[in-house]
Amino acid sequence: MAGRVEGKVAFITGAARGQGRSHAVRLAQEGADIIAVDICDEVPGLPYPAATEEDLAETVKEVEALDRRIVASKTDVRDLAALQAAVDDGVAQLGRLDIVSANAGIGTQPHPTHELTEELWRDMIDINLTGVWHTTKVAIPRLVEQGDGGSIVLTSSAAGLQAYQNIAHYVSAKHGVVGLMRTLALELAPHSIRVNSIHPTQVDTMMIQNEGTYRLFRPDLENPTRDDFVPASQAMNALPIPWVEPVDISNALLFLASDEARYITGVALPVDAGAVVK
Amino acid sequence: MGKLEGKVAFITGAARGQGRSHAVRLAQEGADIVAVDICKQIDSVAYPMSTPEDLAETVREVEALDRRIVAAEADVRDRDGLQAAFDAGVAELGGVDIVLANAGIAPMGVTVLPNEWDDVVAVNLTGVYNTVEVAKQALIERGGGAIVLTSSTAGINGIGGSQPGGLGYTASKHGVVGLMRSYANVLAEHSIRVNTVHPTGVNTPMVVNDVMQEFLAQDPSLSNAMANALPVPMLEAVDISNAILWLVSDDARYVTGVTLPVDAGFTNKK
Repeated sequence: MAGRVEGKVAFITGAARGQGRSHAVRLAQEGADIIAVDICDEVPGLPYPAATEEDLAETVKEVEALDRRIVASKTDVRDLAALQAAVDDGVAQLGRLDIVSANAGIGTQPHPTHELTEELWRDMIDINLTGVWHTTKVAIPRLVEQGDGGSIVLTSSAAGLQAYQNIAHYVSAKHGVVGLMRTLALELAPHSIRVNSIHPTQVDTMMIQNEGTYRLFRPDLENPTRDDFVPASQAMNALPIPWVEPVDISNALLFLASDEARYITGVALPVDAGAVVK
Repeated sequence: MGKLEGKVAFITGAARGQGRSHAVRLAQEGADIVAVDICKQIDSVAYPMSTPEDLAETVREVEALDRRIVAAEADVRDRDGLQAAFDAGVAELGGVDIVLANAGIAPMGVTVLPNEWDDVVAVNLTGVYNTVEVAKQALIERGGGAIVLTSSTAGINGIGGSQPGGLGYTASKHGVVGLMRSYANVLAEHSIRVNTVHPTGVNTPMVVNDVMQEFLAQDPSLSNAMANALPVPMLEAVDISNAILWLVSDDARYVTGVTLPVDAGFTNKK
């Protein structure tokens, strides 16, 4: 049986681990080849370990184990020229481009808004908003030139639709992604290129499973643990679960990227266990 | 193996159009179907409504897929009749996992008919409420499930014109969103997910008929307001079925409380 994205090529940022790796594997399972990029390097002030080149190599291994092709590179979404080179190289090797997943993003230590440093604010906007714009900017000319449509999916957050205290830079960047999605959806509709955003609640990856998030959610505890985080995280959601798995976001991406959603564009799709409706 | 193997879906308005497409698409993925439809005319609706022959055709198409279907003529405005049809279907098929509140009317025409407002609100809003109410307890006893309420781009935007039927259509489709959000919160603890879909114009007998086309033609602002962003004039029913299939499958196991436009960019364009 043909896969749901058979013969397509997907460009995925932040693909070394977490949601990005899951996206690469899930799309590959359904027949796509992958262009994968990740910074594989430290960003100052992150409360969790950075992705590594070994992580990206593991993504390559998992995609190749599915008999799909993958072109991977250590690339920072803030570096427009490098990102353009990465996508161009991927398209040269894989022959086309159909799907764009702007997934790369960082979390951060919580601070009241007026106590955020300039560096924390700037890094967040540079990666989680400008990096997403870069990702679309380097991919769109190829999609338009190909002339047979495409699907761009921007990873926002429940924090792209509503406020959370003490992470104003994250909330602002993720709201900005929605504005970018809506504008691109209008601009690209005449080319049958669809643009949508996904809004996850907490996803069980290193970006939330770290001391910074634990402290954000349990300011009442001196040294909160993953177990302490469970009830606080679950309180965010309407469904009785503390968080979703990366594959749940991948399944939404797959739907939006596939022909099953051929007329869905301009949509902000929460995959959030009811966090927004609650 | 289908995405809905072993599941049972209760679908209103299943005789034709989107409802029939949902029944067939879900059956293709392994679901058995409890199908209801009014199969009668409502006086304020000027285009022809469904018939018993239409419902029989849905039965035939589902059975051709080797799935079971229990079909009954029932009016979503009649809670007791709907409950009886639901109970009979679920008893025969052994439970229910999926509820699609799809039945709806669009009493819009150049000529205003009596009771347009009351009828459209009764079918499109109270009928959706009745549909969830008759099925709710069975889903709770099942330990989880998925409900999809069919709203419209008119459930997010002020379109539909100035006459009683159009105003009622838009008001009722907005009301469906309120129902969805409340049910999503109330039923979450039972792992029952509730979402809405918001189609733009779909190629079905509710839209593609002389009455609706005359109505749209007489006011260019209405037909212009119906233009999609993607270069497609009208969607096919299967496009809505595919969105619903995703929402009710385990691929969307943690999606609830969501308004999902399937609208070719119509809402975003406004």
